[in-house]
Amino acid sequence: MSHEMTLLIAPLVPLIGAALVSLTGRSPNLRETISIVTGVVLLLLVAPLAPAVMNGARPEAVVWEVLPGLPIAFALEPLGMLFALVASGLWIVTTLYAIGYMRAHDEPSQTRFFACFAIAIAASVGIAFAANLFTLFIFYEALTLSTYPLVTHSRTNEAMRAGRVYLGILFTTSICFLLLAIIWTWFLTGTLDFTPGGILAGKADPMTIGILLALFAFGTGKAALMPFHRWLPAAMVAPTPVSALLHAVAVVKAGVFTVMKVVVYIFGLDLLTETGVNEWLIYVASGTIVLASLIAMTKDNLKARLAYSTISQLSYIVLGAALATQASMIGGSMHIAMHAFGKITLFFCAGAIYVATHKKNISDMEGLGRAMPITFAAFFIGSLSVIGLPPLGGMWSKWFLVLGAAEAGRMIPIAVLMVSSLLNVAYLLPIPLRAFFRAPKGLAPGETLTFSEAPLLCLVPICVTAIGCIVLFFYADSVYRLLEGMG
Amino acid sequence: MIAEHPVIQILIPLLGAPLCVLTGRGVLAYWLALACSLASLFVATRLLATVMATGPIVYELGGWAAPWGIEYRIGPLNSFVLLLVALLGAMVMLAAKKSVESEIPGDRRHFFYAAMLLCQTGLLGITITGDAFNVFVFLEIAALSSYVLIAMGHQRRALYASYQYLIMGTIGSTFILISIGLLYQMTGTLNMADLAARLPAVGDTRTVLVSFAFFMVGVSLKMALFPLHMWLPNAYTYAPSIVSAFLASTATKVAVYVMIRFLFSIYGPAFAFDRIGVSQILGSLALVGIVIMSAAAIFQNNVKRLLAYSSVAQIGYIVLGISFASENGLTGGIVHLFNHGLMKGALFLVVAAVVYRVGSSDLNAFRGLGRAMPVTMFLFVLGGLGMIGVPLTVGFISKWYLILAAIETGHWLAVALVLLSSLLAVIYVWRVVEFAYFQPRDRDSDPVGEAPLSMLVPTAILVLATIVFGINTEWTVGVARAAAVFLLGGHA
Repeated sequence: MSHEMTLLIAPLVPLIGAALVSLTGRSPNLRETISIVTGVVLLLLVAPLAPAVMNGARPEAVVWEVLPGLPIAFALEPLGMLFALVASGLWIVTTLYAIGYMRAHDEPSQTRFFACFAIAIAASVGIAFAANLFTLFIFYEALTLSTYPLVTHSRTNEAMRAGRVYLGILFTTSICFLLLAIIWTWFLTGTLDFTPGGILAGKADPMTIGILLALFAFGTGKAALMPFHRWLPAAMVAPTPVSALLHAVAVVKAGVFTVMKVVVYIFGLDLLTETGVNEWLIYVASGTIVLASLIAMTKDNLKARLAYSTISQLSYIVLGAALATQASMIGGSMHIAMHAFGKITLFFCAGAIYVATHKKNISDMEGLGRAMPITFAAFFIGSLSVIGLPPLGGMWSKWFLVLGAAEAGRMIPIAVLMVSSLLNVAYLLPIPLRAFFRAPKGLAPGETLTFSEAPLLCLVPICVTAIGCIVLFFYADSVYRLLEGMG
Repeated sequence: MIAEHPVIQILIPLLGAPLCVLTGRGVLAYWLALACSLASLFVATRLLATVMATGPIVYELGGWAAPWGIEYRIGPLNSFVLLLVALLGAMVMLAAKKSVESEIPGDRRHFFYAAMLLCQTGLLGITITGDAFNVFVFLEIAALSSYVLIAMGHQRRALYASYQYLIMGTIGSTFILISIGLLYQMTGTLNMADLAARLPAVGDTRTVLVSFAFFMVGVSLKMALFPLHMWLPNAYTYAPSIVSAFLASTATKVAVYVMIRFLFSIYGPAFAFDRIGVSQILGSLALVGIVIMSAAAIFQNNVKRLLAYSSVAQIGYIVLGISFASENGLTGGIVHLFNHGLMKGALFLVVAAVVYRVGSSDLNAFRGLGRAMPVTMFLFVLGGLGMIGVPLTVGFISKWYLILAAIETGHWLAVALVLLSSLLAVIYVWRVVEFAYFQPRDRDSDPVGEAPLSMLVPTAILVLATIVFGINTEWTVGVARAAAVFLLGGHA
């Protein structure tokens, strides 16, 4: 199959999967088999593109021209390749995990859950492949809408309120800022294609460029730049597999992916550094990194703490874009993959703890390490990767980010990255350490905790992603070589 | 045969109406009305195809040449509006049978269908004619029949709503009549093309200015442009559900068409926009209307009323597009005229289905319908996404052109307010969604089933159309742009 064909078919695969899932709701085993098979087929379609992209291939395919000059079109480049690989690869793992989690919980409406999940992945792949801002925006909104039923899965009043915050912030930012920025760009340049070197150079004065950058950066609500970050903690009412894949990987990475893509292919790194409009974005991103980490420290609910940690980590990627140097761009992009593996591991663990013990709060988890050694070991690995220590993948992206900041001659971002690492240590590491080394609470004298891990279907994905964090440390080279072709 | 088409468009519903009355109380009246509506739709599609292929059609009624005889003149703009009216007429009629049986007493149904056909006749006639006085005649046919239709609503308040509309509507048409009379006085002709040719010579006279003022106020009343919209929310709320669906999607749109026609092809852009500066007034009223009416929609507890306020706001979008008097603005306005007709028709048909099953259009009646009427509610969500302007729906296409036009002409306030009102649309659509999907039905209420297929299918066709035309815009935007170019070219 030609690469162009693959581009057209890949986003369709999860959609077909979603349709089949809806039709086979009566028989859960068949339905879950379809989910897994769809995931495998998607990965088998996407993965072979990677070597081609690494060798410089840039396949393109036009689906349909909606308005004159505004087609729905796909074009693959290194950043999109990486995002597509991460989303589709982790989808399979998450599906396994979701099956274990949803069944152990006996959740209602599982058919809707798996169908919406597949649609969300289709939207993510569409974002990754988008050849222009118009296509990207279509799938961006589709991703918001398809994840709304997942966030409000429980249909309780709490879920409804969280859904309001979720849709409210994501729609406000995308309609008021992102759409405006897109139409404005179209007005200025007459094109919306992602073009190496950018399309805005020479088309607008620095003032306009600065406003546009602000509209794009804040308009991409999914990137969770402060002060538009509140939807992410709100989304945590969703079942944990949703938080794990969508709100640590697909949705939020779609956001930072958009920011990175716009900076590299719409503005162009040179334009940003020449006009100096990236200055404020560096500070906003730095501020978000530190503030979100500080808020994370105050959260006792594990998922809430992880959510704020995600907000902080997302801004690493925005920072990488804002610094606008070759190294920072690669570091930021690399962080999409590195943070994905680390954070999904942490969320998987949070879900496993909840399934096995129904505990949500960190203060109740002391001593649990003896009962759930595998889960907490994985949590430890994931934490180290998020902090950015060797031998884990998270170290490399931070390395390149710091390198990029040094290249740009900026000290503040370097300091922020260092402080953030320390804060990460402070709010992540105590969790596994206390679980292992403190005595369990509320036990009668003489009583000991028995080994009580989550179901195997939850446990295996945790191990896979935890090992993934380690593997990425050793194979970061290939990620680097892929991303080198950007811009 | 093709040359006869224009008049057939009017004859079918016009002759169908008395036949409906003659068939008496049986079910025959419905089938006759349906057959007329479908035939009318067929003619409208043929007309549009002919216009797009071979250019404007001119037809002289009774063989009397213009300017003495009445002339039907069909270009891209009015064939587009004709299709909207005929399409909505047909879809609404398809869905009408069960809803009418539950809302209109048996001894009045044949009158109801006759009035529906007359209303169609009026709206089609306004659109098709090239004669200014003829516009007034058809305007009155449409208006009188809609007063009757609204008064047939099963609550007593329908009478009051109809009366309110009667007063306001009559003022509106009288003003338009006065305006046409003044024009006739100055030019001695009623043919639109002829008027356009003779007006510039007398454009500076006070009489023409007065006629313009009367026309603008009259037509603004008719299309419910804020703040002359007071009659609309009551009329749409208390009318029979089917009538709300038809009127909401066509009546005000046809009035907007009349405004476009008079502004651009009678008075001419040079007079209306450059000399009078109507842009300023229309644009500001439209913007204030968009925001205030969208906000008002949020606070309604009756879904019909909510949609009615949203309609007034959406009229604002169309008028805003026109007020830019630029190619993109007009294209956006005209395409939104069509797109909004599709969306509102679909949404009101959903409400009709809910009224048929639950018996009320109150927000509380929507509780738990996400589970009880899953298909109907899914159609509502899709239609609602169109109202918000989510990409791949028609609403997005309209919004794209409106914002592009606003940026082009440097109207940044308009950009901000249009975007803001999209957010307000999210809120009022989502209020209904939350009631349908998050609130349980009362335990002691009767079980509710899915809407009957006869209502679902036309609703689904309209919703599908909002998505198809959101993806394939070649036809809608193509026609709208052709119309915009035609109008701005100063052609008569």
